[in-house]
Amino acid sequence: MNLSFFYHFGKYLMFLRSMLYKPEKWNVFFKRIFDEMNKIGIGSLPIVAITSLFIGAVTTVQTAYQLVSGLISKSVIGTIVSDSTMLELGPTITCLVLSGKVGAHISSEIGNMRISEQIDALEVMGINAPGYLALPKIIAGIVMIPVLNVIAITLSIYGGYMAGELSGILTHEQFITGARATFKGFTLFFSMLKAFTFAFIITSVSSYQGYFTKGGALEVGESSTKAVVYSSVLILFFDYLLAELFL
Amino acid sequence: MIELSHVNKSFEDKQVLYDINAQFFSGKNNVIIGASGGGKSVMMKCMVGLERPESGSIEFDKRDMLSLDEQQLREVRREIGMLFQGTALFDSLTIEENIEFPLKMFSKMTAAERRARVNFCLQRVNLENINKKFPSEISGGMKKRVGIARAIALDIKYLFCDEPNSGLDPITSRLIDALIDEITKEYGITNIINSHDMKTVFDIGDHILFMYKGAKRWEGNRADLKHAQKEIPELDNFIKASYFD
Repeated sequence: MNLSFFYHFGKYLMFLRSMLYKPEKWNVFFKRIFDEMNKIGIGSLPIVAITSLFIGAVTTVQTAYQLVSGLISKSVIGTIVSDSTMLELGPTITCLVLSGKVGAHISSEIGNMRISEQIDALEVMGINAPGYLALPKIIAGIVMIPVLNVIAITLSIYGGYMAGELSGILTHEQFITGARATFKGFTLFFSMLKAFTFAFIITSVSSYQGYFTKGGALEVGESSTKAVVYSSVLILFFDYLLAELFL
Repeated sequence: MIELSHVNKSFEDKQVLYDINAQFFSGKNNVIIGASGGGKSVMMKCMVGLERPESGSIEFDKRDMLSLDEQQLREVRREIGMLFQGTALFDSLTIEENIEFPLKMFSKMTAAERRARVNFCLQRVNLENINKKFPSEISGGMKKRVGIARAIALDIKYLFCDEPNSGLDPITSRLIDALIDEITKEYGITNIINSHDMKTVFDIGDHILFMYKGAKRWEGNRADLKHAQKEIPELDNFIKASYFD
């Protein structure tokens, strides 16, 4: 770890602090939040849905493949699919996918505004540019990514169930019995806590990378790459940290 | 009036502005000329608050920009319009929304009043029927005019034009110059233009400042320029390197 880590971490904290001003116009601010919620939430729904359905289906098939003992009930597959989806696959895989889709989009959008002087134009007008550009994205991400997480969990379990039914691995009753057997409210709470944390990481890190882009089109691409890489690494790090703290 | 006193600015170890003292007058086109890398853009960025000098003062009608807090600075900035070199129009917004943007953010106008103001500003820069187009759908000259329309949407006191003619053909350049001149005189704005274009200087420059290697080398009016040219070799070289003498 070299000094540049501390430099960027400090700059990142100052960037977050710089957003905390009263918005110039509340109605414009709320409209921007809803626009971003639409982009992040609705815009990401197809990729989240496809990813989740297949993750659930693959988990069912692979768990069945590993269950070689006839002494273990097939309903265990339902338990494993629902628990692993809620605890890990739902929030973590969804957010890793979103760090690519949402993170790269945020970073390239803000980065492009930086290199084309649009951020300078906002500042010259007397607008708090980080508050106007990044804060609505962060709030929208914190609201919508947990919602996407719930959808991802639901679809993943459904995908697992469908794969079990269609391939004849287990029956409807076996899957439902297994899925309900070990359900705890805390698991869902923990999953949502992860989704909130990862949402903040994706949106804030990507905004930071975009906001401090220097140069031209090439550097916008580099900022997007950094946004995805740093967000993904931080998601994995906080995934472990939260598991250590709460489980 | 804008007044700079003993302004110094460095980037890391490299000093780019040396003890700048200058005055920019209301109702006049104050043109800053000089070669690329001479400190013109940095000086303009310092004036609008995009860069902060290490020392000196920058007073907008006796309000020192460097001693104001963030909120006060924003208040002054609302009196500033800026035409950027690359126009800096928001590419996700239509032309109408671009011009309406400062009105939406800082005025208490109703939607109908804002629309009327947008149409007035567009007519003022001789543009019509492009309200619903996006910046990517119009020409460079039109973008510059939209940039001017956005800059004057609010009742500004100070207008900054960074290379207003860059990338434009000579005819469009003259139209933009004429438009900037008209607006400056009509509204009594303190207008500061960064330019390489000597035609701009001779056509509309009322007060001229020549920058050389980060320092102010000469300041005066258009009538004195020819005389100064004989005494200052750097200025003479700069003017002679232009397309006409």
